[in-house]
Amino acid sequence: MIKSKIRKYHAPVWDEPLVMQMGQTGRRGSIAPKTESKIADAVGNALDLLPAGMKRTNPLNLPELSEFEVQRHYLHLSQQTLGMMGISLFGTCTMKYNPRVNERIVYQPFVAEMHPHQDPETMQGILEVVNRFDHLLRKLSGLDKFVFQAGGGADAAYTQACMTRAYHASRGELEQRNEIITTAQAHPCNPATAAAAGFKIITLPLEDDGFPSVEALKAVVSNRTAALMVNNPDDIGIYNPNIKEWVKIVHDAGGLCFYDHANFNGVMTRIRAADIGFDACMYMLHKTFGGPKGGGGPAVGAYGCNEKLIPFLAGPTVETNPDGSFYLKEGGEHSVGRIREFLGNIPTVIRAYSWTRSMGIEGLRDAANISVLANNYMEKRLLEIPGITKGMPDVKGRRLEMTRYSLGELTADTGVSVFDVQNRMTDFGVDAYWLSHEPWFIPEPFTPEAGELWSVEDIDYWIDVLETVCNEARTNPELVKSSPHNQVVHKQNSTNLSDPAKWATTWRAYKRKYGISN
Amino acid sequence: MMEKNKDLPTPHPFMANSAEASFNELLKVANVTDIDELFEQIPKDHIFKGDWNFDPQIPSEAALYKHLTRILRKNSSAEENLNFLGAGCWQHYVPAICDEMVTRTEFLTPVWGTPSSDHGRNQVWFEFQSQIGELVGMEFVGLPLYSFGTAGGHAIRMAARINKRGKVLVQSSIDPERLAVFKTYCGYPELDGYLEIVMVDTDAKTGRINLDDLKAKISKDVSSVYFDNPNYLGVIESEAKEIAKIAHDAGAEVIIGVDPISLGVLPSPSEYGADIVVGTTQPLGVHMNAGGGVGGFIATRDDEKYAHEYPTLQVSLTGTSEPGEMAFGLTLFEQSSYGSREHGKDWTGNSVYLWTVANATYMSVLGPNGFAEIGKTILQRSHYAAKKIAEIPGVSVTWPSGFFKEFVVNFDGTKKKVSQINKSLLAKKIFGGKDLSKDFPNLGQSALYCVTEIHTLEDLDSLVSALKEVTK
Repeated sequence: MIKSKIRKYHAPVWDEPLVMQMGQTGRRGSIAPKTESKIADAVGNALDLLPAGMKRTNPLNLPELSEFEVQRHYLHLSQQTLGMMGISLFGTCTMKYNPRVNERIVYQPFVAEMHPHQDPETMQGILEVVNRFDHLLRKLSGLDKFVFQAGGGADAAYTQACMTRAYHASRGELEQRNEIITTAQAHPCNPATAAAAGFKIITLPLEDDGFPSVEALKAVVSNRTAALMVNNPDDIGIYNPNIKEWVKIVHDAGGLCFYDHANFNGVMTRIRAADIGFDACMYMLHKTFGGPKGGGGPAVGAYGCNEKLIPFLAGPTVETNPDGSFYLKEGGEHSVGRIREFLGNIPTVIRAYSWTRSMGIEGLRDAANISVLANNYMEKRLLEIPGITKGMPDVKGRRLEMTRYSLGELTADTGVSVFDVQNRMTDFGVDAYWLSHEPWFIPEPFTPEAGELWSVEDIDYWIDVLETVCNEARTNPELVKSSPHNQVVHKQNSTNLSDPAKWATTWRAYKRKYGISN
Repeated sequence: MMEKNKDLPTPHPFMANSAEASFNELLKVANVTDIDELFEQIPKDHIFKGDWNFDPQIPSEAALYKHLTRILRKNSSAEENLNFLGAGCWQHYVPAICDEMVTRTEFLTPVWGTPSSDHGRNQVWFEFQSQIGELVGMEFVGLPLYSFGTAGGHAIRMAARINKRGKVLVQSSIDPERLAVFKTYCGYPELDGYLEIVMVDTDAKTGRINLDDLKAKISKDVSSVYFDNPNYLGVIESEAKEIAKIAHDAGAEVIIGVDPISLGVLPSPSEYGADIVVGTTQPLGVHMNAGGGVGGFIATRDDEKYAHEYPTLQVSLTGTSEPGEMAFGLTLFEQSSYGSREHGKDWTGNSVYLWTVANATYMSVLGPNGFAEIGKTILQRSHYAAKKIAEIPGVSVTWPSGFFKEFVVNFDGTKKKVSQINKSLLAKKIFGGKDLSKDFPNLGQSALYCVTEIHTLEDLDSLVSALKEVTK
């Protein structure tokens, strides 16, 4: 039953041209500092300083605009991005408030204008925050050291794959131990990064109770097992109760165990990776720990491990001097070297530290409780809407911070797909839900995550919009199928996207393929 | 009225439902009396019951700001000091509107919407790809990667998937930090997909790739030849065409790494033989952020041979149900790790997409004239600095011409170590160049100095007089 008054909404429509289509020859948006005449007199003409054959002869075909025109253009584009301006319950991504104070902090020169190769004496503030946050995560996980070089969750999974290589290589067993075990419900980055690191992948299928069986694991574990990489709970909100036994089975066979803690929000302050027996884990600072997502980074996959794996960590790591000051240490002989250049996305480490201190352990507990409670609240209401069913309905017990649902019945009744519903919801200022990672286990899946940010009114409104759209699907399916109608642009035509003759990832490609002169 | 719950949260500014009324409403509808019921799936012995001994909560923004800034003010930044460090992360001026755009909540906080609701951001991504394409002279560009090094690492793997060869030649002057990333990406000989990295010598006289050594090492086993231009030591590889020809004659792919801020004065790498161009995005409107400002890109010709090997996501311009309306959608999604798990092309995930907003804004304000102008300013200022430094007794510039932005300063004649010199400079509030003595022992006591458009005549003269004093 719809609880709220459905409000009027229309996205801003500027019909904004591409920046490459704007401006006039000779217009300037920025002037570089003029070289002083003393410099010019001493070195001569700039272009004469270039070796022969290394001077640009083709002028750059970039736009020529005044500064204000550029500013206004990108402001228009920001307005044409819905995201958190409406309600976004994008599952698996744990939409949070990104405290504004953190932007005020990290855009000051003592963060923004720091060079990674500065003398550590001049970087004590940054090194201290990194060290303090490392210690907070050690407490939350029970592990012994955290590093922040990985530029996202997938990069942290890659870190684990690299650590696995280095660990088994150091024992002379790498050639033999070339298999990594994961599950069909693990995030795709786990098998993908492990394969990119050279491992063979074994994917365990799910049973009816929502996770693979202990027997299935036992059947594939052997002296070829390099590591296990799993999420728990997974992104359907199901917790594998046998996980301790899993870890023991893999350890007994000589493999390492990595906990992809992408779905940490619901189990914060209850589950610690080390208590379950894991050797390493990963937290996403841009999700669980309040860092902004930026539409896809800069992100941080905080990677933590136990004593056994510390010698394999990528350098440089932050260490403490006897006098309490900090220094940077290069990796030793067993180190994996580098996963990425430098120390990681430091501003987001600072934001995450700030967020965690604001919350405190009591706030983290409250956040976990609220997000699991809010998910169960949503479940109650969503399952009252005709056409919506719960994924893995036979799994007993309350789901954690997410539940996966299916619109399969609605689609069968009306022909309206989960994509159509998603498009139509944006007509009410509600941004996309998450569907499901590949492979889909249920038809027309969708996965909302309420988290601790959104108010009960926001959650209700989200559900009410979904119910409104489901009703429309039954009364006027074309309206939903042809949506959106109140958005920045109409329904995308995706047929060109996979045709090499028609796709265009740059304006110059588009102009050539479609015969446009400029 | 419900009984007060033992798990009633304390109201906190980041959590609307931490208010008692909201929390109780959730409990009521969800039919929960005890919060622990919600965690019934988790076996009791998995749940931590010890003392957290956690740092105290700081829920007040005012107190939090004070706490954080008190720690961070222990830093001494490149703005308070005179900075000559580059080496993979460079101090350029960041126009104020770049910061305005990347801190806009609309761009800063979202994750993923629909092609219509994300239209504005998708357009920024397309404009980023398009403008990078213009700078490097390529038609196919992906969304950004974590860094220059990771872009190079993926490009090397793209080439290996294309020609199924197992060796990559890399210029020995490469940034050791970047090379370390390449090594990670090239794997271990014990496992599948391993690629052998072979270093090509640098000519001590010129600072450029030694062509004889390249010719000696090129073979039909070589998958790709990788070089940066300008190289890490600042030197412009003026024989780039020749290098590319040698590689192509052996059937190898040519991967060239660039700093796009040089491309207003230097030719696009596509003009001298690049098959795959990679590079950094940090100089284009992103602060150094202690190394957290880095980002990378991959660009190629719009050719299926390359397009089908991209590990990244990329947006393509397309239409909508409304004739003439522009929209953007992902192309080749199915070959990404999201689409194909371990069968995808390497992997992708969160990257540095927010920086595309700064990059697109930056490239738009500079335009063709801005890029030419900034390139010239950097050329003149860096050459002026090199010239004046070389006049200091005992100090020399190893390759005094044919460089862009960075150059190697040798201190062997002063009998002092770079580490000592840099400590003395620091006392004068100057960050001296990156110490190369450990990574490039052949260069003796040398440092890599970086001079950009931010350095005025006065700054450069201060550096020179400080160097004179500290090398005495």
